[in-house]
Amino acid sequence: MSQIAEEFESEVATEAVVKKFMFVNRKAPYGTIYALEGLEVVLISAAFNQDVSLAFLDDGVYELLKGQQTKALEVKNFSPTYRALEGYDIEKLYVERESLAARGIREDQLLVPVQVVDAKEMAALMEQQDVIIGF
Amino acid sequence: MLHIVNKSPYEKSSLASCLAHALKGSAVLLIEDAVYAATKGNAAEDAVRRALGELPVYALGPDLEARGMAGAVIDGVKVVDYGGFVDLVAEHRTSQSWL
Repeated sequence: MSQIAEEFESEVATEAVVKKFMFVNRKAPYGTIYALEGLEVVLISAAFNQDVSLAFLDDGVYELLKGQQTKALEVKNFSPTYRALEGYDIEKLYVERESLAARGIREDQLLVPVQVVDAKEMAALMEQQDVIIGF
Repeated sequence: MLHIVNKSPYEKSSLASCLAHALKGSAVLLIEDAVYAATKGNAAEDAVRRALGELPVYALGPDLEARGMAGAVIDGVKVVDYGGFVDLVAEHRTSQSWL
């Protein structure tokens, strides 16, 4: 487990109450380790019965694009994992409309069902959280 | 909410994205390479000045000093030390780091 995942685990393990956690994804999937690390932390969070939501904005929307093929890169294609989140009761996925538009991406090109929200709605969602962890 | 930005506005869109999501009642703290955004003549100066009309903007003094920028801070941006950083985190219910 990565160091950040361990820190997160120890933080939530001491909480008896349910908090609203939002994971904010702003990085494209393979250029840096952020997207994969973020996804790992999200999966860990599912074990702690917290109120988890995911936000995708800026280059983070590229994480959800269908058709990712990483064989030639010889790295793991972790995009199918987003489809598994539903099985962990993580169903609140918010994608920012402006970020999709700026990249020419349509909602039907995304791997999973999401709620598309504008930046103003995203800001309001962020304001409702108890904990925000960015990747 | 306290929004914390640590990337240069020339290298990343983190500051622009942060400012697009910072609501009234929040504060913005610029640290590490993001302190360049707090200085006069930088490309993000207009955006920072607009933000100052809505919410407080802080910059971390030690990071400004290390970069030779302590004398170039935009009017209205408040410079804080590490103790001030801790106070800001304590004063706000949540913090969000824009990596």
